[in-house]
Amino acid sequence: MIVDKLQQLGQKSIAKIQGMGRATIMLFGALIAWPTPRKSFPLLLKQLYVVGVLSLLIILVSGLFIGMVLALQGYTVLSKFGAEQMLGPLVALSLLRELGPVVTALLFAGRAGSALTAEIGLMKATEQLSGMEMMAVDPLRRIIAPRFWAGVISMPLLAMIFTAVGILGGHLVGVDWLGVDSGGYWSAMQANVDFQQDIMNGVIKSAVFALIVTWIALHKGFDAVPTSEGISQATTQTVVTSSLAVLGFDFILTAVMFGG
Amino acid sequence: MTSRKIEVLVGLFVALAIAAFMLLSLKVANSGMAGTGQTYMLYAKFENIGGLKVRSPIKVGGVVVGRVRSIELNTEEYSPVVAMEIDSQYNNFPETSSVAILTSGLLGEQYLGLQPGFVDETVSILKSGDYVEDTKSAIVLEELIGQFLFNRGSN
Repeated sequence: MIVDKLQQLGQKSIAKIQGMGRATIMLFGALIAWPTPRKSFPLLLKQLYVVGVLSLLIILVSGLFIGMVLALQGYTVLSKFGAEQMLGPLVALSLLRELGPVVTALLFAGRAGSALTAEIGLMKATEQLSGMEMMAVDPLRRIIAPRFWAGVISMPLLAMIFTAVGILGGHLVGVDWLGVDSGGYWSAMQANVDFQQDIMNGVIKSAVFALIVTWIALHKGFDAVPTSEGISQATTQTVVTSSLAVLGFDFILTAVMFGG
Repeated sequence: MTSRKIEVLVGLFVALAIAAFMLLSLKVANSGMAGTGQTYMLYAKFENIGGLKVRSPIKVGGVVVGRVRSIELNTEEYSPVVAMEIDSQYNNFPETSSVAILTSGLLGEQYLGLQPGFVDETVSILKSGDYVEDTKSAIVLEELIGQFLFNRGSN
């Protein structure tokens, strides 16, 4: 009995480690090659459109609303202490340090990551990937690499847009509706936000999340069981795994950056 | 045509991101990047620094002239020494100047108030690395209450 359980545990661990190994081999196969900008730039541009531009709307809308809710909730507590002028730093710091990178990564996993997995999984199921190999086109270079770079480039940009829109949303509610002084909102923010400590660390965070989410999405699609059920499972796994990975890494990065 | 449309939209996306980054770094962050960067150091020894922190502002008449660089404990007297980084355009403080740890508002953060002193022939100007001799420590609420109760008891 115990031996059976142990065997199951061992099987699962080996499968996980094999999966990680395949993901690493896939990434290295896609990225380590002689750069061919003339051929790969149009592909990258297409993917930047699909991954970045099409995610813009959901990022703009959720950024605006999260900034507005932060200002509204922060104001109810801060006004009890007569500290309404700290609304600016509250909104800016929580967006820059945490909500901007993390919520963007979660939305990105749902909006773009799942689409990437489904697309690549379907390519595999309809044997387009093997077809490419037959024609001596490396699918890793042609399919995986541009999508990976598009994800890694566009997510920090999306996180920055999210944060900026959120701060403007906070201004909209805090200043225009609740009557916090506009000069106080900006100047208290400037006194409390540091370029290196807050903005750059937020950008580093979102770059790490971009790497994680895009890599997981591509690997799950590339490794999917080529049936309709397998693709649906892979898509679900992409969203679940990358959300959990983002939250886990967020804790580690926050502890390293702001904990000491 | 579709390729051109995609290129325009991607360009718009990147431009929007750059605009967001400019907004964040110029309007949201402090002017640490835009500052002249030329600073000099003054030191001050306190008995108690209360809630003063590294990067707390140093103000003269309410205007920020610098920030606290570091706070260390002097190992000989076990009194805290605060290193103050002051913008070089304000380099004319006489040695009779005084520093006090003040609080902005009732619950606000603590900052260093620098009060320029008088000038005459015998007074020299503070240079980088000098100590400001006249310091006033932070007010610790518990000590204040303790003193008050002690005075009430003796009356």
